[in-house]
Amino acid sequence: MDIAQTASLALTAILANKLRSFLTILGIVIGVMSVILLISLVTGLQTYITKQIQGLGANLLFVIPGRIGGARSPGGVQANRLIYQDAVNLKTKLSAEAEVSAAIQRNATLKNGSKIDRGVAIFGVEANYPKVISIKITGGRFFRESEQESTKKVAVIGPTVKTNLFVDTEALGKQIDVAGLKYTVIGVIESRGSVFGIDFDNSIYIPFSTAQKQFGIDRLNTIYISAKDSETVVEVQKKAIQLLKKRLSDDEFTVQTQQQTLSTISQITSVLTLALGGIAAISLIVGGIGIMNIMLVSVTERTREIGLRKALGAKPKDIRNQFLIEAVTLSSLGGLIGIILGIGIAFVIGRFFTTAVPLWSIALSFGFSMLVGVVFGVAPAIRAAKLDPITALRYE
Amino acid sequence: MNIVSLKNVNKIYQTGEVSFQALKNINLEVKIGDFLAIIGASGSGKSTMMNIIGLLDHPTSGSYILDMQDTSHLSQDNLAALRNKKIGFIFQSFNLLPRTAALEQVALPLIYAGVPKLERANRAREILEQVDLGEKLNSNPNQLSGGQQQRVAIARSLINNPQIILADEPTGNLDTKSGMEIMKIFNNLHSEGKTIIMITHEENIAQHAKRRIRIKDGEITG
Repeated sequence: MDIAQTASLALTAILANKLRSFLTILGIVIGVMSVILLISLVTGLQTYITKQIQGLGANLLFVIPGRIGGARSPGGVQANRLIYQDAVNLKTKLSAEAEVSAAIQRNATLKNGSKIDRGVAIFGVEANYPKVISIKITGGRFFRESEQESTKKVAVIGPTVKTNLFVDTEALGKQIDVAGLKYTVIGVIESRGSVFGIDFDNSIYIPFSTAQKQFGIDRLNTIYISAKDSETVVEVQKKAIQLLKKRLSDDEFTVQTQQQTLSTISQITSVLTLALGGIAAISLIVGGIGIMNIMLVSVTERTREIGLRKALGAKPKDIRNQFLIEAVTLSSLGGLIGIILGIGIAFVIGRFFTTAVPLWSIALSFGFSMLVGVVFGVAPAIRAAKLDPITALRYE
Repeated sequence: MNIVSLKNVNKIYQTGEVSFQALKNINLEVKIGDFLAIIGASGSGKSTMMNIIGLLDHPTSGSYILDMQDTSHLSQDNLAALRNKKIGFIFQSFNLLPRTAALEQVALPLIYAGVPKLERANRAREILEQVDLGEKLNSNPNQLSGGQQQRVAIARSLINNPQIILADEPTGNLDTKSGMEIMKIFNNLHSEGKTIIMITHEENIAQHAKRRIRIKDGEITG
């Protein structure tokens, strides 16, 4: 008895109990759907972040305090020792091959009259920031070197801040209250969007010196280094490390290229994919138990049929295959529906977040659902194959 | 020539401490073309005998030679193949598959014989026409009368051109008229040279057979 025949027989048996079959495969459907959906979300997130980071500008290096990718010291979090003098050193020594820009960051509440915007990221950056990081100004301008030197209270604001504080009215030239001090809005930047509700547009840029003065910070959050030539990125990284080492120890700073940052992110999302996929896979196993349960019921219900088939010449392996293929057909059907639903929902969600359904996630979840059918179908199938034809024929 | 030959066959059922001897020293020979009725009351051992002849069960001791082949040491797969090719079963309760068209019921043994689909359908149609069911090819069992269902079962038993037709109370679930129809088919099959072994407890049904043996308490009494 060949596979195609057995499969069509299985399909007939499945269709004979439509509601029951549907409920049986629901577990698999939900499992496969969640696998596809979660992977598509994480992949979309990764694609988005990658694009964002790449969008910051090519040839970019980040100097950040502390050590990334190494073992942490037993003392826990290292104190930040990165100061503006480090940035100045890099600027002088690397002036020929790179642009260097220091940045600090605080969160604060902004006000415009009665309108309040809380938890806004305040970036204190240097006037050369747009040369290092690509940001687009949609109205007005970025601040100048002279404004930074004279610690002018000017601000370039993100679109969310604009909306929260000015709604539809003009923001340029207006004053806003940043943690108690008045700043003049001189520019608005283009939207960068949000990921999982983290709004990158709820931020403002003010001169570095002004930020230091207002918030009393002398430790830097980041020094951006933009190599002038993509060929020299690694060399610039080496030089920067050597220069910083003169004052700082190894574990007090990290110089990362954009490539390294991307690979760090891809490591994080891989772990995320694995964890979320694993959780979804558990629901596939639960679905498998459902299939096993219904197959055992089916074997009992069809005991007489099994006996008759044996009397008519079915070999034990024919009976085993019949039930095994029925289980696999059930689970694959569930997998198929799950894939369609998963892709559909990912598509709908894709209108709000970036989602991407990689082919491997489809292959993986379908393969896994078939495997579930085999694993959980074997026991009922063997039970059917072992039935004694006489007892089976007499079974009422 | 003998098609079935039982020699000193005993069958003992052992349930825990209790043992029950269903067949006692049975010797039976059936020649090709014979029409034999095995007559006995319920519990006489006639069903056990039928199961052994049909290779659904094996004797506790003694030997069963089917078509000159000793069946004592055959594997499950070999037994299945022999049942498929050499024996056509007809049951008291028809034993048709639910929700399955007559044509597919009759073709079922051919699936296990590895016959291709088109040939299966052709042969099944032919045999169904022989039992006057040419109009009912696509009917499910619940659309057929008892007599028609049993005729589907007879067609199914004949499809693989077996050497023995083994019928267990073939008229037990039928009214007299339908029963007579079935017996008429059996007589025709017999006149065509088929070997038929029929088990029954009804004397008037047994009268249709060419030869009769009686069984009581696991022993052949005459």
